[in-house]
Amino acid sequence: MKNNKNISGAEAVIKSLIKENADLIFGYPGGAIMPVYDELFKFQDKVHHVLTRHEQGAVHAAQGYARSSGRVGVAIATSGPGATNLVTGIADAQIDSTPIVCITGQVSAHLLGSDAFQETDIIGISMPVTKWSYQITKASEVPVAIAKAFYIAKSGRPGPVLIDITKNAQFEMFDFNYKKCIGIRSYSPIPKIDKNKILDAAKLINAAKKPLIVSGQGVILANAEKEFKSFVEKSGIPAAWTILGASALPTSHELNVGMVGMHGNYGPNILTNQCDLLIAIGMRFDDRVTGDTNSYAKQAKIIHLEIDPAEIDKNIIVDVPVLGDCKESLSMLSKNIKTKSYKNWLKTFDDLMKKEFNKVIKNDLAPKKKGLTMGESIIAINKFTKGKAIIVSDVGQHQMVACRYANFIESRSNITSGGLGTMGFALPAAIGAKMGAPKREVVAVIGDGGFQMTIQELGTIFQLQLPVKIVILNNDFLGMVRQWQEMFFDKRYASTEMVNPDFVSIAKAYFLDSEKVENRSDLEPAVKRMVESKKPYVLEICVEKEANVFPMIPSGASVSDIRLE
Amino acid sequence: MEKKTLFTVSIYTENNVGLLNRISAIFLKRHINIESFTTSECEIKNVFRFIILVEMTHSGIGKIIKQIEKQVDVIKAFYHTDEETIFQETALYKVKSSFLFEERKIQESIKKSNARIITVNPDFFVIEKTGFRHETDKLYNDLAPYGLLQFTRSGRIAVTKSKMGISEILNTFKNQKKK
Repeated sequence: MKNNKNISGAEAVIKSLIKENADLIFGYPGGAIMPVYDELFKFQDKVHHVLTRHEQGAVHAAQGYARSSGRVGVAIATSGPGATNLVTGIADAQIDSTPIVCITGQVSAHLLGSDAFQETDIIGISMPVTKWSYQITKASEVPVAIAKAFYIAKSGRPGPVLIDITKNAQFEMFDFNYKKCIGIRSYSPIPKIDKNKILDAAKLINAAKKPLIVSGQGVILANAEKEFKSFVEKSGIPAAWTILGASALPTSHELNVGMVGMHGNYGPNILTNQCDLLIAIGMRFDDRVTGDTNSYAKQAKIIHLEIDPAEIDKNIIVDVPVLGDCKESLSMLSKNIKTKSYKNWLKTFDDLMKKEFNKVIKNDLAPKKKGLTMGESIIAINKFTKGKAIIVSDVGQHQMVACRYANFIESRSNITSGGLGTMGFALPAAIGAKMGAPKREVVAVIGDGGFQMTIQELGTIFQLQLPVKIVILNNDFLGMVRQWQEMFFDKRYASTEMVNPDFVSIAKAYFLDSEKVENRSDLEPAVKRMVESKKPYVLEICVEKEANVFPMIPSGASVSDIRLE
Repeated sequence: MEKKTLFTVSIYTENNVGLLNRISAIFLKRHINIESFTTSECEIKNVFRFIILVEMTHSGIGKIIKQIEKQVDVIKAFYHTDEETIFQETALYKVKSSFLFEERKIQESIKKSNARIITVNPDFFVIEKTGFRHETDKLYNDLAPYGLLQFTRSGRIAVTKSKMGISEILNTFKNQKKK
């Protein structure tokens, strides 16, 4: 970096990325971002660029990268359609608190507002779904804006930031000088922990007879898995998790009582309405978790460990809010609680799990029927990956099944679109996840619907020769919507049946190894071949067409009204 | 249903392009109509103050304030009821000049309402009235029968009885940075 005098704004963009250790970015070139791509060419030994097949693929890949690595993901696109194609991923990152920086090209400053070619007001369009955004119109703004972007994206509750750079600013020459952002006066990302709240919370915990922990992605985002495990073990409290909280505590942990929410486990949902203390950690009481809020844990005192003040009392009024970084608050809390165990209370969870096993799990995992189930497919993946894989799931029935049955050992093993529910997320996110954690096995589990939303990213996988494993759970239906139609719309299957192409042929056209499984006896050998392969692999598993995911809390019902059939 | 109250929202922000959109979008997302919206530089250089008038429930306004404060470029946000603020708004009334000389009632209304004539020319004159809503309304009703050529009213401006402490927040940041 000797030659920082009189460099272009475009070169400054790349040098700023290097300063932020962003050595891997995902994107798609186009007119208004060409100066930056030209510099990427010159700096390709320092910043590796992955060409996706669509800008949505780039932003989801950046999300997958951020989620598997804990670093900031970067996506880059041109103005107009390039920028608008990022919006779904930005919205997804906003609602799932994923740290990403999106860089878009923009028409020259003198053309702003003139409806120039490929001009779109991406700052305006993306404003409600970004944590922060900034339009650069002068080269000298590049280092300051990018430093702020990275700082804002990853600090506090993470989120997406968009930097829009007019073409003239990319060409303009200036003297580059980079200073990392260490603070912004109007922004305090981590609230200071109030010790009195810790003591109040500890008092409630020590007095509780039937406490329940519900943890969310906040534990993972805070890198607080160790502190969380210590807290769980010392307190002896059964720990449930939201979909994005999966894998923070190993699946096999004796205090892990499963998933809460619409398709979560029977026990933790029912017992949410029986516990005397609910300890919510890094979660936000999403409606898919709470069901009807008027009948959610009304009998319980509630403690909420949370970094974002806006989440306190947003959906559920809590008794003791503990604002701050949960890595810190959890260890403070652990110091102030007694070592306890809740034998009888835990037995209640076991009993309900037995009930769920007999009514649901048994049929999912060891079906008597001929048709293959999604559940047994996930179990086969568990078996051959030994639970060490990162499971990237798309959205729908297979997502719920994957999160319910995946065996997680390590944290950051569950990557899925939780809040936004973006179909098409998994395939590109798996690319990013693999590149963010190259030593780990990455298995994307995708439905036949979602797969066809971003299917073109098979091209990216082929070009990179990236060994991600792709499992298509094909039921020839948009399964989750079909399930709702069956249950709530008298089986009127409006536009949910899919006449699908031959996915194996498609994969083969991209020169990817691929096979299709239709019979139970072929399932395990095929999954074994897939996992053992050192190359990318597409495995289509044809599952039962009209299977339903249970348990289920019907929309608007109480968590304790969860149904097993 | 929780009762709705009129709240004066005060927001202290950095002087950045687009922030107005970001703040109004928070109301838009929740389908809340804004009664009035005023912004200007405040007592601190380069710090802007938004005054937004909304009718909302008590629990709703608390959530909105937290969403506003969550914005990176927002320094601090507050909400107050009418009793907690000193507030005014300004109205301008444009009337045909002939009425000013021919209608004694108009002259009386202007006098009684403590309004001010800012300009008079052969065609029209302009009256300015600063006060509470019911006062600007009263003058409106008095003048309307004669035909108002134009009428406009500003958004509410307000100062609070209690301290805001914005300088303290900014100084704390400055001191932290020095360390």
